[in-house]
Amino acid sequence: MGSSTVAVCRPSEIGADVRRPDGVPKTRGAFAFASDLSVEGMLFAKTLRSPHPHARIVSVDVAGALAVPGVRAVVTASDVPGAPTFGLEHRDQPVFASDVVRYQGEPVAAVAADDPATAVAAAAAIDVTYDVLEPVVDPEAALVGPALHPDGNVFRHLAIRHGDPDASGDVVVEGTYEVGMQDQAFMGPESGLAVPADDGGVHLHIATQWLHADRDQIAACLGLPPELVHLTLAGVGGAFGGREDVSLQIHLCLLALRTGRPVKMVYSRDESFLGHVHRHPARMWYRHHATRSGDLVKVEARVLLDGGAYASSSGAVVANAACFAPGPYRVPNAVVDGYAVRTHNPPCGAMRGFGAVQVCFGHEAQMDKLAAALGMDPVELRLRNALRTGDRLVTGQVVTGAAPVAEVIRAAVAHPLPPSLDDGLPMMARPGGAGMTADVADLRRGLGLAVGFKNICFSEGFDDSVAARLRLELGASATPVATVHVATAEVGQGFVTLAEQIAREELGPLDVVLADADTGVGSAGSTSASRQTWMSGGAVKQVCEQARRALVDRAAGIWGCAAAELVWLDGEVVWEATAQRMALAEILAGGPVEERCVHRHRPTTPLDAGGQGDAHLSFMFVAHRAVVDVDPGLGLVRVVQIATGQDVGRALNPLQVVGQIEGGTAQGVGLAVMEEIVLDHGQVRNPSFTDYLIPTALDAPDVAITLIEEPEPGAPYGAKGVGEPPAISSGPAVLAAIRDATGLELPRAPARPDDIALRA
Amino acid sequence: MSSQPERLPRQPPPGTRGQPLPDDSAHAPPVAAGEPVGVLAPYELSVNGTVRRVVGAWVGESLLTVLRDRLGLVGTKGACEQGECGSCSVLLDGSVVCSCCVLAADAVGAEVTTIEGLTPPDGLSDIQQALVAAGGVQCGFCTPGFVVAIHDLLSTRPDATELEVREALSGNLCRCTGYGRIVEAVRIVQREREAVGG
Repeated sequence: MGSSTVAVCRPSEIGADVRRPDGVPKTRGAFAFASDLSVEGMLFAKTLRSPHPHARIVSVDVAGALAVPGVRAVVTASDVPGAPTFGLEHRDQPVFASDVVRYQGEPVAAVAADDPATAVAAAAAIDVTYDVLEPVVDPEAALVGPALHPDGNVFRHLAIRHGDPDASGDVVVEGTYEVGMQDQAFMGPESGLAVPADDGGVHLHIATQWLHADRDQIAACLGLPPELVHLTLAGVGGAFGGREDVSLQIHLCLLALRTGRPVKMVYSRDESFLGHVHRHPARMWYRHHATRSGDLVKVEARVLLDGGAYASSSGAVVANAACFAPGPYRVPNAVVDGYAVRTHNPPCGAMRGFGAVQVCFGHEAQMDKLAAALGMDPVELRLRNALRTGDRLVTGQVVTGAAPVAEVIRAAVAHPLPPSLDDGLPMMARPGGAGMTADVADLRRGLGLAVGFKNICFSEGFDDSVAARLRLELGASATPVATVHVATAEVGQGFVTLAEQIAREELGPLDVVLADADTGVGSAGSTSASRQTWMSGGAVKQVCEQARRALVDRAAGIWGCAAAELVWLDGEVVWEATAQRMALAEILAGGPVEERCVHRHRPTTPLDAGGQGDAHLSFMFVAHRAVVDVDPGLGLVRVVQIATGQDVGRALNPLQVVGQIEGGTAQGVGLAVMEEIVLDHGQVRNPSFTDYLIPTALDAPDVAITLIEEPEPGAPYGAKGVGEPPAISSGPAVLAAIRDATGLELPRAPARPDDIALRA
Repeated sequence: MSSQPERLPRQPPPGTRGQPLPDDSAHAPPVAAGEPVGVLAPYELSVNGTVRRVVGAWVGESLLTVLRDRLGLVGTKGACEQGECGSCSVLLDGSVVCSCCVLAADAVGAEVTTIEGLTPPDGLSDIQQALVAAGGVQCGFCTPGFVVAIHDLLSTRPDATELEVREALSGNLCRCTGYGRIVEAVRIVQREREAVGG
C-alpha cells in the first residue's frame, strides 16, 4: 500500500452548510415514507391489544375474525414458529401475550385482511376473555414486591461507590425530584410492508433506527436464519429513540409468511402511543455535600426508573442515569444507586438523552439549592466545580477528550437577554397565548441555568461498529461516481448530507450516491446515542481513505513508479517528481474501485461491582439558560428564550447542527412544561395529540446558540455528536426559571399549571 | 370538469358508516344499489384542477383517506386523524383545512389542492426552496403540510410579523426542528417576494 498525504486546496466540504439531498423530494411530497408504500395485491394488518394493564388470558377465540369476509389470516402466540419473545437487551417481551398481559396495549393477536377497515373490524371480532388483575404501578412497590415476570422485577441495579463513602461537607442540601413519562411523539406513525420472498424468507420495508437489531429479533421469532430475513429502510418520519425497539416488525413478517402475500400496517396515533416505548419516569433522591467555599465534597443519589412491563433498554438507561447523576462536575466522593424496575406501566426505553435527561433535573435543582445555601451565585458555583479534561468521573474514568464545561456555561449566560416585560408584550406572546388570559401586570419573569452531559456512542464494552462499502466508477458522461453503502438509518438527523460531504472531502468533487440502507451490508448500529456522525461518518471516511490508497496504487502501476512517490492532491494523483497529474476519471477508466471496511471506536470496558470502569467513549457537554414568563395565578408559563452553549467538537454542517439544537431544545422545553403521558392505574389517559401536547410554533422559544468547537481526539474531523445535549439541560433550565419567577420548589417535571397556580 | 354548482356550506358529519348521506346534501354521491351497505356510488372530486373518479369509497371516508388510498396522492400525510397536527393540510376552495377532518364526499363540487398541486412540475416553489435552504426540513413528514399552510398564510397575509407567522403555523406540528428554521424559511420568502414585488 502506498502512503499518500492529503492536501485539500478547494473550499472544504466539512464545515459548510450543505443542503440535504432529500430536501427536494421531502418538500415536494414525493419522498416515500414507510406509510406511503404500496404494492399490488397487498393486505392490510391490524393488531389487537389488551385493554387491561394486568390480566390473565382465559381464552382467545379468533373464529369471529376468520368469519369476516376479506380476512386472510389471524395470528396469535401459538402461531409464532420461533422464539416466543424478543427484546433489545433481554428477550423478555412476548410477540403476542399468551397467558398474561402486563401492560395496556400489549399485543394479543394480529389480523391481515383485504382492506384496512376489514382488518379493524376483524380484530374487534376476536373474542378474548380476560381475568382482570390488579396492576402494580408503583416502582417502589415493584422493587420489593412479588415478581411480575419470570425474570423478576429489577432490570438492573447499578451501585457506584467512589472515593470515601463517609466523607461529608460543611454544607449539605437534600431533595427529592420526579420526572414524568415523556413520549417521542415522532410525526410519522409506525409503519412497514412485509413481502414474502421466493426462498421462504421475507423482505421487510420498515421505518426503524437499527435494521440489524430488528432483523436478528425478527429472525429468531420466525425461526428463520437471519440471511432469510432482509430489511430495507423505508422513509422514517422521526424517531428520537421510539423506533429502537421492535413494534410491528414481527407481526408483519408473520402475517406475510402465513398468507404468502405482501402485508402492510400503519399504526394510528393512539396505537402509536401504546405501541412504542417511552422515556422512563424517574424518582430521585439527592444529598450534596460541599465545603463553605463551594467545592463539591460528595454526592449521594438514589435514582429509581420505572421501566414498565418489559426490559427494552432499561439496563443501559439506568447505567447512564447513575453515571451522570452528579452532573458535569468534579465530585471526589459519590454513593449512587440506580434502579430500573418492572411494573405494569407501559414499557420504557430509549428517548433522546437516554437517562441523562432525568438526572439532570435532579442534579441541577441540587446545584441551585446548594448555591442558595452557600449564598453563592449559581453560575459561579457551577464554574467552580466544572469538569475539565483530565478530571475523574465518579465511575473512576478520566475524561481524556475535550471537556469545555466552563466554556459552555459562559457562552450560555453571555447571550443578550430578551426585551423586558416593561416593554409590553403582545397577547400571543404571553402565557396562554390565544387563550387571551394573561395580564402583563400579573406576569413574573424568571431566569434559570442548567448544565448537562452525556456519553457518545455505545458504552460498557459493547462492540460498536459500522460496516461501509464504497464503489468508485465512471458514470454517465464519464464522470466519477461514488456509491456509498451503509445500513445507517436516516431518521431526519441529516446523515445523508454528512455522508456526501465526507465522500467529497476525501475524494474530491464527484457525484455521491447513497445506496439504500439495508441488511445487504453489515450493521451500522442504531441511530441513537448521538453516534452516527462519529460512527457512520467515521466509516465513510475510513472507506474513502482506503479507496484513495487504492487509486494511488493504481496510478503508480500505470506510471510504473512507486506509490510512495505519489500524493493525492485535490481529487487527483500527483507525481511530484515529474509534475504529472492523473485525474480520478482517468484512473477509473481502468475499471471501478471497490473498498469495504468495518469502523470501530476505541473499546470501552464494563463497569465493575462498584460502578467503576472506563465505560464511555467520549462526552458531550451543554449549558442552557432559560427565560420564562409565568402567570402565577393561572399557572401558565411561556418560555421566552433559551440561550445555549454546546460542545460539538466540530460542526461538520452548522445549519444541521442548529436544526438539531433547536429541535432538541423544543423537546426539552416540552418535558418541562407540557409533555407527560398521564397514567391512571396503568391506563394511558392521553394517547392523542389532542391530549398529549407537544410544543407548537408559538410554544417553541427563540434559541440563541453558541457552538463551542474544541476538536475531539479520535473523532472524525474532531466532531462529537450533537443530537442529544439540547434535550438534556434545556428542561431543567426552564424549571429553574419557573422557580426563580415564583419562588416555588417545583420538584417535579413537567411543571403543570396546577403545580404553580394552586401553590403560588 | 364536474358540472356541479358551487358547493354548499359545510354540513355536519353526514352520519356513521352504513347510513346514507342526508338528502339535503345536494352534491353528495348516492349510496350504490347492490353494493355492501355503506359503499358509495362512484363520485368525482376536482383535485389539482383534474376531475378524479372515486370508486368503492365508504360513506365516512375522510378526504385524506381518499386522496392517499384511492387516488394515490400520498404527498399529503396522516399523523393524528383528529385535526391536531396539520400533516394532512390541503386547500379546499383555497382555504387550508385538515383533510383528515373533511368527509371526502363533502368535498364534491369543491376544488381540492394538495402538495402535488402546489409543486411545480420541475423544481420547487419559492416556499419549498426556502424550506430546503433554511434547514427547515429534517425527517420531512410534516413538511408537505407546512408548505400548504405557508402558502395559505403568505397568500392572505404576505406581511405577517414573526409572531403572526408562528400563530398561523401553530396548527402544524413539527417534532424535529423546533420551528426555528421553518419560521426563517417564511422570512426568506417574504423578503424575496417583497423584493420582486417592490
